[in-house]
Amino acid sequence: MGTYVIRRLAWLPVILLIISFITFVMGRFGPGDPIEIRAGQYNNEESIERIREQRGLNDNIFVQYGRYLKNVTRGDFGDSIALPGRTVGELLKKKMWVSAQLNIAALFLSVSIGIPLGLFAALRQGTFWDTSTVAFTLLGQSIPVFLTAPLLLLVFASWLDILPTHDWGGLFSTHTILPAIVMGVPGIAIITRLTRASTLEVISQDYIRTARSKGLSETTVQRRHVLRNAMIPVITMLGFSLAGIAFTSFIVERYFGIPGIGDLFISSIFARDYPIINAIVIIGTTMFVLANLIVDLIYPWLDPRIRLGGAHAE
Amino acid sequence: MLSNEAQPAIALRHASSRNYWAISLRRLLRKKVGVACLTIILLMYGSGVLASMVTPYGYNDQDLSITKQGPSISHPFGTDRLGRDILTRIIYGLRTTVIITVVTLVTGSLALGITMGLLAGYFGKWIDTLVMRVGEVTSAFPEIFLVLIIISTLKPPITDWVRGIEETVGIDIIRLGVVDYFVLSLALAIFSWFGMARLVRGQVLQARENQYVEAARAIGASTPRILTKHVLPNVMGPVIVMVSAGLAGVAGSEIFLSFLGIGIQPPTPSLGLMIFQNGSISVLRSDPHLLLFPVLTLSLLLFTFNLLGDAVNDAFNPRAR
Repeated sequence: MGTYVIRRLAWLPVILLIISFITFVMGRFGPGDPIEIRAGQYNNEESIERIREQRGLNDNIFVQYGRYLKNVTRGDFGDSIALPGRTVGELLKKKMWVSAQLNIAALFLSVSIGIPLGLFAALRQGTFWDTSTVAFTLLGQSIPVFLTAPLLLLVFASWLDILPTHDWGGLFSTHTILPAIVMGVPGIAIITRLTRASTLEVISQDYIRTARSKGLSETTVQRRHVLRNAMIPVITMLGFSLAGIAFTSFIVERYFGIPGIGDLFISSIFARDYPIINAIVIIGTTMFVLANLIVDLIYPWLDPRIRLGGAHAE
Repeated sequence: MLSNEAQPAIALRHASSRNYWAISLRRLLRKKVGVACLTIILLMYGSGVLASMVTPYGYNDQDLSITKQGPSISHPFGTDRLGRDILTRIIYGLRTTVIITVVTLVTGSLALGITMGLLAGYFGKWIDTLVMRVGEVTSAFPEIFLVLIIISTLKPPITDWVRGIEETVGIDIIRLGVVDYFVLSLALAIFSWFGMARLVRGQVLQARENQYVEAARAIGASTPRILTKHVLPNVMGPVIVMVSAGLAGVAGSEIFLSFLGIGIQPPTPSLGLMIFQNGSISVLRSDPHLLLFPVLTLSLLLFTFNLLGDAVNDAFNPRAR
C-alpha cells in the first residue's frame, strides 16, 4: 500500500516535467510576441529590448526553464504579461475560486438528485417509474450543453425574465442557478445511471439475500449493504469530477459570461500570455493526477476485497 | 477418427469467420435504432460531402435585403445577419464535421493507433514499453489544455508555410480552409491514438498465442504478412466498435474548439462557429432561429452518434450480448 502510493506519486513529477517543458517551449517559440503586444504604442526596438532583458528572455531556453521551475517550486508563477502589475498566482486564485464555486453547485445538484433517483429507479426495477427515469437520463446525457444553455436562457431569462443572464455574483446569488443547472444536468444523468446499474447488480448478490433472511429490516439492508457497495463506481466518477473542480466548463462560462478559469485560459492563449498558460497547465495536471490517486485509495476503504498494487489483469 | 471429428469443426469455424462481417452487419440492420441512426448519419454526411449539389446557395452568398429573416419556403431555416441561407451554412458546416471526423479517425485512431498497437503487442519488449509509456503520459493529464495550446501555436507557422506553397503553385489553398482542417485533425489525432493502441495491443497479445499464428510462422510467413493477414482481421471487431464510439467525441471536439474561437476560422463554415457567433442573449431575444437551428442540428448529430455507437457495440461485439 505504502510503496504503491509512493510509486504513483513518483510519476507525478515526471509527468509534470514533460508537460511543463512542452508548454514552456511552445510558449517561447510559438507565434506572436507577447512583449510586442504588451508594448502597444510605445513599440520601439529599445523598450522591447529593455523588457526582454528585464525578464531574462534573452537567455538560453534551458536556463529560462530552470529558472522558471525554481520559482514554481517556491509557489511563484511569475507575472502576467498581458495584464501588467498582476501576479499569476493572484489572478489564478481569484478565477479558480469562481470556477470552483460553480462546480460545487453543479456537483451538489448531481449528487443530491442523482444518487436518490438512481436508488429509487433500481428498487422499482421494471415499473413505470424506472422506465421514465431511464428515459430521462438518456435524454439528459445526450443533450449537449450547447442546447440546454440557450434554451434555459430563453425561458428563464428572456421570456419569464426572473433570472439574470450573465455575470457572476458568488455562490449564493441568483447568478449561480442557471449555469449550475446547465452543468448539473449531464452529471445528474450520469450519476443516476451509474447508481441504478450498480444497485441492480448489488441487490442480486447472495449477501443481500443473507442479510434479509437473517431478519434485518429493509432500511438497514438498503443503507448498510446495498448503498455502500453500490457507491463504488459512483465514487470513481465523483473523483474524476473533483479533478476538474477548479476547471469549469468552457462552454458554460462563455454562454453566461462568467469570469472563471476557462475564460482566463482562452484570453491568455489569444494574448500569448504564457506565464498564465503554463501555470494553468501545471496546476490542472497536478490536480488530475492527484484525484486519480485519491480515487484509487478510496476503493479499498469501500470494498476491502480490492487490494492495491497487486498483479494487474492485463 | 480424430481427423474425422476435427474436419467439420474447422469447416464451421472457417465459414463463420468469413461471414463475421456479413453476420454483424445483418445484426446491425435488423435493429430499428441502428438503421435509423445509419440513415440520419448517411443523410447528414452525404449532404455535407455533396454540399454544392444539395443547396442552390453558396455558403458565403450574401443578400443584404433579406437579413435575419425567419424560416420561409426559399430559406427553410431562415437567413443570418448578412442574408446568408442558414440551411446552406449548416450543410457546409456538416462538411467540416465530415472532414475532421474522417481525417482524425483515419490518421489518429486507425493508422497511428492500430500500427502502434500491433507493434507493441506483437514485438513486446522495449517497443511495447515505449509505446505504452508515451501513451500513458499523453493520457495522464487533461488534454484539452494541450490541444488548445498546440493548435494556437502550430497554426501560424503552418499557415505561413502553406502561403509559401501557394505563391509557387499559384492556387488558393488557404481560402479552402485546408490549414484549419489539418491543424485541428493533427492536434486531435495526437490525443486519440492511445485508446486504440491499447485495445489492439491487448487483442494482439491474445491472438498471437493462437496456433494459426504459430502455424503461419512455421511455414515461413513474414512478420508483416502475419500481422496483416492473420492477426489484424481477428481484432477488427472491437476496433470498429471503438471507432463508432469515438465519432461523437471527435465531432464534439471540433465544434467545441471552433466555439472557443480556436478551431475553424471564418469564412469556412462550422457548426461551432455559427453557435459561437450567435450564442448571446440579445440574439436569442430577437432572432432565436439564428442559434437554435445550428444547435438542434448538432444535438441530433451527437445523439445519433451515441445511439449508433451502442447499436454497433451490440452487433459487432460477441461478448456484449
